[in-house]
Amino acid sequence: MMKGLKKWRLFSLLAVMTVFLSACGEEYITTLKPTGAVGKEQFNLLLFSIAIMALVTIVVSVLYLYAFMKARRSKLGEDYMPKQVEGSHTLEVIWTVIPIILLLILAVPTLISTYKFADVKAMDEVDEEGNKTALTVNVTAKLYWWEFEYPEQGIVTAQELVVPTDEKVYFNLKAADVKHSFWIPAVGGKMDTNVENVNKFYLEFGKESADLKDGVFYGKCAELCGPSHALMDFKVKVLDRDGFNDWVAAMQATEGQTASAESTDLGEQTFANSCLMCHAVSGVGASGAMGPNLTTFGDRNRVAGVLEHSKESLENWVKDPESIKPGNLMTGKYGELSDEEISAVADYIMGLSIEE
Amino acid sequence: MSSAAVTNNKGFGATLWDYLTTVDHKKLGVMYLFAGTLFFAIAGFEALLMRLQLMIPNNDFVSAGTFNELLTMHGTTMLFLAATPLLFGFMNAVVPLQIGARDVAFPFLNSLGFWLFFLGAIFLHLSFFLGGAPDAGWTNYASLALYSPGHGIDFYVLGLQISGAGTLISGINFIVTIITMRAPGMTFMRMPLFTWTTLITSALITFAFPPLTVGLFLMLVDRMFDANFFDHTMGGNTIIWEHLFWIFGHPEVYILVLPAFGLFSEIIPVFARKRLFGYSSMVFATILIGFLGFMVWAHHMFTTGLGATANAIFAVATMAIAVPTGMKVFNWIMTIWGGSVKVTVPMLYALGFIPSFVAGGVTGVMQAAAPLDYQLHDSYFIVAHFHYVIVGGIVTAIFGSMHFYWPIMFNRALSEKLGVWTFWIFFIGFHCTFFIQHFLGLMGMPRRVFTYQADQGWDLFNFISSIGAILMAIGVVLLVINIIITAKSKPLNCRDYWGDGRSLEWAIKTPVPFYNFKQTPLVRGYDPYWLEKHDGNKEGMIYAEPLGDIHMPNNSILPLVMSIGMFVAAFGALYHPDGKAWAIPVLILGLAITVGAMIVRSVKDDLGFHVHVEEIVATEEHLYGNGGNK
Repeated sequence: MMKGLKKWRLFSLLAVMTVFLSACGEEYITTLKPTGAVGKEQFNLLLFSIAIMALVTIVVSVLYLYAFMKARRSKLGEDYMPKQVEGSHTLEVIWTVIPIILLLILAVPTLISTYKFADVKAMDEVDEEGNKTALTVNVTAKLYWWEFEYPEQGIVTAQELVVPTDEKVYFNLKAADVKHSFWIPAVGGKMDTNVENVNKFYLEFGKESADLKDGVFYGKCAELCGPSHALMDFKVKVLDRDGFNDWVAAMQATEGQTASAESTDLGEQTFANSCLMCHAVSGVGASGAMGPNLTTFGDRNRVAGVLEHSKESLENWVKDPESIKPGNLMTGKYGELSDEEISAVADYIMGLSIEE
Repeated sequence: MSSAAVTNNKGFGATLWDYLTTVDHKKLGVMYLFAGTLFFAIAGFEALLMRLQLMIPNNDFVSAGTFNELLTMHGTTMLFLAATPLLFGFMNAVVPLQIGARDVAFPFLNSLGFWLFFLGAIFLHLSFFLGGAPDAGWTNYASLALYSPGHGIDFYVLGLQISGAGTLISGINFIVTIITMRAPGMTFMRMPLFTWTTLITSALITFAFPPLTVGLFLMLVDRMFDANFFDHTMGGNTIIWEHLFWIFGHPEVYILVLPAFGLFSEIIPVFARKRLFGYSSMVFATILIGFLGFMVWAHHMFTTGLGATANAIFAVATMAIAVPTGMKVFNWIMTIWGGSVKVTVPMLYALGFIPSFVAGGVTGVMQAAAPLDYQLHDSYFIVAHFHYVIVGGIVTAIFGSMHFYWPIMFNRALSEKLGVWTFWIFFIGFHCTFFIQHFLGLMGMPRRVFTYQADQGWDLFNFISSIGAILMAIGVVLLVINIIITAKSKPLNCRDYWGDGRSLEWAIKTPVPFYNFKQTPLVRGYDPYWLEKHDGNKEGMIYAEPLGDIHMPNNSILPLVMSIGMFVAAFGALYHPDGKAWAIPVLILGLAITVGAMIVRSVKDDLGFHVHVEEIVATEEHLYGNGGNK
């Protein structure tokens, strides 16, 4: 009997371990293999709270199973009359005080981290020349895409956030239409983008994203925002500081870049006539565009946040955005395009790149 | 009137009329139970559709827009229109018997509460056929709700406003009933725990529903007349909605879970054949949970950006709730400890409830840690957490109590054998569906997504979760089959069906006559029936009064008429923004019907009627044969 019980225990332990191990998820999206100080601290808090809660669960389960096994009527006999106990003050005190102590223990790191993560004073610090010392990104969440403005650098991009490693990156978060929530699971917790106020927080990106499966971390919208809420993804490219500086310089170098309606290239011509009103092709500017900035489109990882990065996907998207992201604000804004024009404009957009 | 109860074989029309006009708490309990089951089945079906959609990545079984309607209606229906009425069903059926009352304090209001709830619920569900259901989540956050096209959100606002009024009325009714209508000797500290939790829950309803009513009203005028309470471009603020909603929404969780605690506190002592351990601390814990339930709403808004101090305060307050909840769990375990446990179907649900609820509780404490919640919030982790609490805590209580109280409510017993099958299939399905979702959340899957891309590490777990949902559906179907089969079984005509009943409701023979106890019982202590039984009292109870005439309320169609008036008015309000010419007249007509019925009710004296001693004796002989309820 005992032997069987032991085997059963071993088996269940193994089963639990297997679930845990297979449950870590993919490195570019899971919170269980975090990168950067914020995500790691949250992960540690997760482990700490799981440890306390596992202790509670095990104690309760053991008591419960023991009480039940001992008290089965099938064992005690049909006529067994238990003693009618009113209660016990000692026990009540014990199971009031012990949980309070456990919760106090959990409350300490909770409170420390709460204040720490909310500390964004460094956002406004300036060096001797009056330049901000920390990198700030203004995030604007829009019906189903993300705009990232770098105010100090004077550049703006969309759908793919580019950040340097190993420094605090500060975020100003706001929504342009309805409430969304900005979340990069592998890097740290989320914060809502409200419609009426700017929320501020910071994240740290612990390692470059180049060796990840797609070369990027995945970002998500975490607040229900309409039919295409599930498709409101963005990606995060993490570069080392030099790589980031190069990227900023390359973005700044696109100043004044535009598409010309007089161009001999049908793609550029079509873009200028049908797309340019909403989509800029210069990375210099501020947030507030109608549609995602496409300056770095060729360097990106997905079309429309979710489709494979190919000309074919882009053509499908331009043909009928509604079939891919229901409720998007692009549908019906650019008139009818012929297949030839769509193909040409897709070529043009795929060619927009600032990386060599 | 009174002779109607004696004659069993009535025509369909007469039976229907009886149910439309009844003010009897037992019949209303049954009506709540069936209405709740209907909406539970609808909302469960919606959940099943969602799980089928999420079974595989990039699925196109339901469209994005439909999925949002399903998730909104699933949440709204389960909380407002399934769990609440099912629990109200048990409160109605059991509480007046538990305190030895003839009926609730305001039988007319009891009926009005039911009909408002039911017609509000019907109104909300008509949205599926009239241009689309609400699609902004059951939380209906303001920016998305105002942006949502069509009438879905209007159905949500008006439907909940009407059914919420019904709930509020019922809550007030139970407070008055429990405070004023207890049998002689039934002091507060002798009340059964289900009566206690009903009292506290009713108090929570009284304080929690007004914020919701206010929020819904502001949303209504925003959508009807562009009042701009929530439109930030016009100086409104959407965060106010979040606060109003959660000031209601968090207590709502306790409104549901406290009666569930109460039901288990009735089931466990009966089948452990042992007095509830630590009764007074159970009562204290109930009150404390009810109080703290109002102090923690902003833990739903940790990521809204309220600031570190607000988050810190609400984090600690939330953790504090774990203490009284823990007290309850330990008291249940100590009730089992040293008892003689008979594993019947209700007890199976109770035994399944304890570990499931503990699991749901500890993940709740994890989410109370605000910095950790930044990761867990709005992910599948929270979906897993609240389903552990709601299914593991509330639904198990409802299913277990159906088996437990079916003999009192219907004079028939649900099949134990089928019940055991239902339990295991449902229970395994439940853990299979939701345990794995904790990990989906930790692996970065946001909630409320209609689909997900493949290769994010979520495919297998979503598939397993969907299999679990199918098992749960099978379990529910078995329960419904059980109910249908039982309807054809033989009546029990007995007292104390489970043999170890402790509180007053078991002292009465089934079928329970429409006037309940023919004489008001005298309560000599906690667990009054158990006391009498073990003192060798063969009559069930000692009675506090000689057999005499019983004063009962008359049936009335007015509650239904009033509710229909509100139902009609809601259509006027709904279509007014479309510029329909008939909208305002319909609104006025509906309100006129309601006000007219109220005037009739106020002007007409309705003093009820008396059941005379001869009729009581005749009824008792008809129900139980010679000798009556002894």
